[in-house]
Amino acid sequence: MHDLGGKDGFGPVVVEEEEPVFHEDWEGRVFAMAGLARATCGFGTPQFRHAIERMRPAAYLAASYYERWLTALATLVVEKQVVSAADLDQEVGGTFALSGPVRAAPLGAAGPDLTEPRFSVGDAVRVRVAHPRGHTRCPGYVRGRRGVVVRYDGPCNFDDVEAHAEGKRVEPLYCVRFQGADLFGQDSEPNSVVYADLFDSYLEAR
Amino acid sequence: MTTAHEHDRQDVPPAERAAALERLLMEKGIVDEKLIDAIVDRFTEKVGPRKGARLVARAWLDPGFKQRLLADGKAAAAELGIGGPEGELAVVESSEKLHNVVVCTLCSCYPWSVLGLPPRWYKSPEYRARMVREPRTLLREMGLDLPEDTEVHVWDSSAEKRYMVLPLRPSATEGLGEDDLAALVTRDSMVGVSRL
Repeated sequence: MHDLGGKDGFGPVVVEEEEPVFHEDWEGRVFAMAGLARATCGFGTPQFRHAIERMRPAAYLAASYYERWLTALATLVVEKQVVSAADLDQEVGGTFALSGPVRAAPLGAAGPDLTEPRFSVGDAVRVRVAHPRGHTRCPGYVRGRRGVVVRYDGPCNFDDVEAHAEGKRVEPLYCVRFQGADLFGQDSEPNSVVYADLFDSYLEAR
Repeated sequence: MTTAHEHDRQDVPPAERAAALERLLMEKGIVDEKLIDAIVDRFTEKVGPRKGARLVARAWLDPGFKQRLLADGKAAAAELGIGGPEGELAVVESSEKLHNVVVCTLCSCYPWSVLGLPPRWYKSPEYRARMVREPRTLLREMGLDLPEDTEVHVWDSSAEKRYMVLPLRPSATEGLGEDDLAALVTRDSMVGVSRL
């Protein structure tokens, strides 16, 4: 449910004046615990994000932001066998909601780094059409769309691999510019441009 | 397949779940109370948009710094002792005819090192869904009515870079020094949902 760019049906953005950093104490503590557990339990940002993404869609939308962090953290510590789901249930005296299972096949070894960029600034590209079951940083609304490379950021850690492999590898990363009309057609707004940062394997030449 | 733990409804309130998880992780030595307190303190007291405002004010006053800030935000921020482990910083400049605004459609990526943690609205499904598809409409709803001939550039922070907007310097600020200028710079102007 997390891949929200361009989804219809959402209403006004509610802005809270003089908003505190954390609205309740537990939010700050969950935020901090997630940071600490990454190091002590051995999971990275891609795994953490994916654990949020694995929440059931209705639960994802119903949960507050830090409730998603709480669910992801609990899910990962269960999967890392630090605690069991039964321990969590017992401790809360009810059901401790967790995210769904990983649905992508494990990748095994991360494979060799990709360090040679296939594209240069100014190149016309198209985002590959794909529908991965696992973690990806390629937003759905740009897939299949035409854009132009406007910046090259060098080889960067490839989240899609780290989320599902035993290790990590890098891949060239670009910033790609899309005209609003190339993304949303006649329903786009005039004079609008969207940039997304996209990894080499998301892209093809056109 | 749905397991007992995949409920749509989350019956136990999050505060109770969080406290239970903290007790268990503490027992296992995964987290430490003092470290939790230190992290909460850092993000509530020490980081925040005043750092970004300093970068903006300096860039308005010093063309050389501005050039470096736009070329490599992280390195330029480090010149002022501003930085942190939260990733790469990219700064994009708004002008009269070009307005920049930042979003993260996939999660909540935000330049923590210069703006602190993001407000709720930035992380809301409404903002994330709508900003790429109808930026003018959404900005107008949020109080910023852009002229039709102003281009809107939306930056979706989908990978390494964390984006910050260098807003247009307000008029009648010619004589002001760095501190006074920095005091004018709002968080929302550096996300791009308002102008100064």
